[in-house]
Amino acid sequence: MEGPMTRRIQPRIAPSEITPEAVFRDRRRVLAALGAAALGGAALPGLGQSPTPAGGAASRLAPPKYARSERWSTKETPTSLEDVTSYNNFYEFGTDKADPKANAQKFRARPWSVEVAGEAEVRGRFTLEDILRPHALEERVYRFRCVEAWSMVVPWLGFPLGDLLQRFKPTSRARYVEFTTLLDPGQMPGQRSPVLDWPYAEGLRMDEAMHPLALMVVGVYGQWLPNQNGAPLRLVVPWKYGFKSIKSIVRIRFTEREPRTSWNLSAPYEYGFYANVNPAVDHPRWSQAKERRLGTGFFATRTDTLPFNGYAADVAGLYRGMDLRRYF
Amino acid sequence: MTVEQRYRRIYKPLVWIGSLLPLAWLLGRGFGVGGGSLGADPAEEILRTCGKTALNLLLLTLAVTPLRQIARAPQLLRLRRLLGLFAFFHAMLHLVAYVVLELQFDWPMLGEDVAKRPYITIGFVAVALLAALAATSTQRAMRRLGRRWQRLHWGIYPAAVLGVWHYGWQVKADLREPLVYAGILALLLGWRLWKRRAALTSTSGSSTAPGRT
Repeated sequence: MEGPMTRRIQPRIAPSEITPEAVFRDRRRVLAALGAAALGGAALPGLGQSPTPAGGAASRLAPPKYARSERWSTKETPTSLEDVTSYNNFYEFGTDKADPKANAQKFRARPWSVEVAGEAEVRGRFTLEDILRPHALEERVYRFRCVEAWSMVVPWLGFPLGDLLQRFKPTSRARYVEFTTLLDPGQMPGQRSPVLDWPYAEGLRMDEAMHPLALMVVGVYGQWLPNQNGAPLRLVVPWKYGFKSIKSIVRIRFTEREPRTSWNLSAPYEYGFYANVNPAVDHPRWSQAKERRLGTGFFATRTDTLPFNGYAADVAGLYRGMDLRRYF
Repeated sequence: MTVEQRYRRIYKPLVWIGSLLPLAWLLGRGFGVGGGSLGADPAEEILRTCGKTALNLLLLTLAVTPLRQIARAPQLLRLRRLLGLFAFFHAMLHLVAYVVLELQFDWPMLGEDVAKRPYITIGFVAVALLAALAATSTQRAMRRLGRRWQRLHWGIYPAAVLGVWHYGWQVKADLREPLVYAGILALLLGWRLWKRRAALTSTSGSSTAPGRT
């Protein structure tokens, strides 16, 4: 498995170098629970796995190995797998909530590679296996709040985005990180209509990206991500509206300036760069004070939306001194 | 069969069936008939289906007059009231679904929505207009209101414009379907303007002709 690609990525740095100590300790606990054998490599995905043939579906891969992270999981009841995988926005496959599942079944999520560019020492193109190799997968049950005022609770599988970004050694000029979705109208029928300015792009400030809650996701409900949920690699930023959690990522670029993001370009007065969940700042056309939690009761119970989607204790500090009405 | 009988026994029942089919489709899926379901967000599905059915029927109602003239089938007029009433019926269901399923009787939020969210405000106005038309749709109301009835029932034009606008205004980015509705509505209203202009020029032309008063 040692190839030129592999050598371009530095060996995994110690998590203690990049993670707050409390978080670090928690992760150590999770890893310890896995046992020595798991640490020996069996728990690392992508190892000992023969290359997947083109068109290989997630179902043909060995199931992911992971450990549950209690520290970062809500106790709320997860939304059913059926709802999570049959009702979502993924405009690359159509604008109806049922379109992604209907139109993404033949999407080829493997083989996959990610280009790393911009203000970082380690740049280039990396296979999905190279990206995943050093990371232990965690299951984290996160609240997911769509800007359309519905919400779900989802058990994602992934690893901290910050752990991945550190491997590319961002330079001191890297103040933001930009993510880009695959552009392939042949496979993504939604891209044949100019509904958004394709390819879809999103971004985070570096401190947001390095926050332990920001998750690079490869699976859901103990399985590899289904195509309609952003296979094979997507972001989940649980304190922001869902559209920030970009799917099917093919490019990561470190930038000095705030990157342009798709929804912000589409409607700058309605969707800001930050897009933090905030019940006090309404969407110009609808209220954000409440949300309907799908899957709870036949018609989805209405509940109050919480600042930063309930993660204020963890992330509010990132925005100290910022006017959240202006930087919505 | 006379024309009267054909309408009573065949065409009107067909309008009933056609207008209630979307509702039957919702109910069937709601109760899981044949393994169907309303998806992860039944409230949204019901709200959207009722709203779109109301718009479809509203446009059909507005298509009656052009069709009568183009197809030379004046008897189609007999279906117009029924279509209009079903449009109102689905607009009401849409409104009820919004208050009951979406807002779940959050009355303060309803007030805030109507006052602060323009797309909801105009949706409300459209339903109110349709309610006024439905309430005065009887033969008796027609006789009692006389000439004013016609003027009142021109209210269907702003109701349809507001309805389509209401639909387009809440879309996040994909305006294609609302634009199709807007295009059809523009055709239906444009046809009327064109006819009216044609009628005006022909009458003004003939009024200047000698020998006519």
